Amino acid sequence: MIMAGTDVRQERLDQGIKVRTSGIYAISGGKEIGYLILPRLVLIVGLLLLPLVITNPYWQRVISIVGIYALLALSFDFLTHFVGLVSLGGAFFVGVGGYIAALLNTKLGLPPLFSIPLATIGGGLFCTLAIMPCLPLRGVYFSIVTLMYPLLAMRVIEALNIFGGTDGILGVSSFPNRWVEQYSLILVVLVAMFGLRRLVNTDLGLVFRAVKDNDQAVKASGINITLYKTLAVFISSALACLGGAYLVHIYMWAGISTLALDFSIIPIAATVIGGGGTLVGPVLGSLILVPVSELLRAFGTLRIVFYALILMAFIVFRSEGIMVYAQRKYHQFEKWVKV
Amino acid sequence: MNPETALLEVREVNKAFGGIQALFGVSFKLNRGEILGIIGPNGSGKTTLINCITGFVRTDSGKVFFKGREITNRAPHKIADLGVTRTFQIMRPYYSLPAYKNLIVPLFSPRARRLGGWRGGGKLGDRDTVGIDILEEIGFERDSQVPYKLASTLPTGYLKRLELARCLALRPELILCDEVFSGLSMSEIASMLPLIERLQMEGITLILIEHRLKELFRVANRVMVLNFGQKLIEGSPDEVMADKKVKEAYLGSEDLSDYV
Repeated sequence: MIMAGTDVRQERLDQGIKVRTSGIYAISGGKEIGYLILPRLVLIVGLLLLPLVITNPYWQRVISIVGIYALLALSFDFLTHFVGLVSLGGAFFVGVGGYIAALLNTKLGLPPLFSIPLATIGGGLFCTLAIMPCLPLRGVYFSIVTLMYPLLAMRVIEALNIFGGTDGILGVSSFPNRWVEQYSLILVVLVAMFGLRRLVNTDLGLVFRAVKDNDQAVKASGINITLYKTLAVFISSALACLGGAYLVHIYMWAGISTLALDFSIIPIAATVIGGGGTLVGPVLGSLILVPVSELLRAFGTLRIVFYALILMAFIVFRSEGIMVYAQRKYHQFEKWVKV
Repeated sequence: MNPETALLEVREVNKAFGGIQALFGVSFKLNRGEILGIIGPNGSGKTTLINCITGFVRTDSGKVFFKGREITNRAPHKIADLGVTRTFQIMRPYYSLPAYKNLIVPLFSPRARRLGGWRGGGKLGDRDTVGIDILEEIGFERDSQVPYKLASTLPTGYLKRLELARCLALRPELILCDEVFSGLSMSEIASMLPLIERLQMEGITLILIEHRLKELFRVANRVMVLNFGQKLIEGSPDEVMADKKVKEAYLGSEDLSDYV
């Protein structure tokens, strides 16, 4: 862009090329180390400060909900953009994790310290077994079938009147105090996010991404793709079950509304807004969408209308997502120089 | 292994897609170290034959043996695990990964981890290095940017080589190449031919499906002609070129020597 009448031109330093080719230059100086660490630090410190900065009890609860949606969105982003399985059954994972945690807590008297990890692993295994018959399906067929899972589970609980039926399971114990609740959740989100980012760049992660790019070629390379899809579904569903288990302990109640479609759809919206395939984007997306959804309560029944408008605006004007845009811009330094 | 057992034997394979008979009782044998060319007009069943051998398509009847073991209708990854690898006519790279990372996937497979991948290199170095070694071997300039570029940015010539590299990473015994020369310039083909010959010298058996007859006849030991899913003739390149049936079926009534 050249401005008329002035002798300046825009100079762009594509530092990103250095970053993408190798991380080795980072040890070449403080400036470079800072360049790499700064954005990570902002996110980590920002998240850790949230419970300290926000004092209003209502908004403190919102922090926990943001954390739960961040886990769900991470689970969706990983399975969609790194394995190629678009699951619309996120609510099923949440429900399974939630019910297992609630049952362990109320029937066996296990505190959240044990019920949450057990619900994560056990729920992940249960969901993986349930999804396994659908793994040969691809594309939109897989999506549609997984969409049916939470609906089916809801009707089964209702019809058979198991797990408290429509009343749900009451009397689930909560966390000792809000600090434990919020900080453990924030730490879990950070570990999940950075852990997944590592995973997708290991050799195992490359196989996942190859399955997404071209599953036929992976088969031709002597790799059993069903095995790797199963493993990926376990990772993804365990993360969502973890979110479900937290949800149940925060609300002190597990019911069929943990299988509601919100838990399938809102994480997808958060991923779209934050930028799919970045794994940081979904967390940012949840950080934006959940509070916005709370703020819109002021509009009463028109809330969903405004919510939909915001989503549409994002998809039209920033369809790549905030994080993809931010990463691109961060790696380009632009400045005006006199010619 | 019994020396008289063929490396690959295909016996009376039939395959129909709906009402169209794609393969009609095709049989052939392939000995270790041979290069077999398969030619035929479009739609004659060449690719279907490869798909049937490698398990990507289920055969209706007939049997496929590899080293005397039946592999008919086994899962593709199990057949690849035995060392029967294939390239795809429409290239199937992992577009979102750099070229050398494309080879991490086959190098991560059970077969490559067992045998160490191409020339056993995987047992010595890390997979990234072995991947770049294979790419260099197959014509990617090691010191250039090419091996590190995203597969989606590579031109056709390199993608065709990448298909072959993916097979090599598995330390294959048999490679089935589905039109590796198509879409390449004359100079690119000229550099591929010595590669094919080198692979043969290293003891790899190859099946080449081709439309470029001149290049194929130069490297192939035997040529099989398919027409409407049936085997028309099998023999040395010279025999096939001289055959009247081939001229009529494959090229109409014109003289084949005009093409070669």
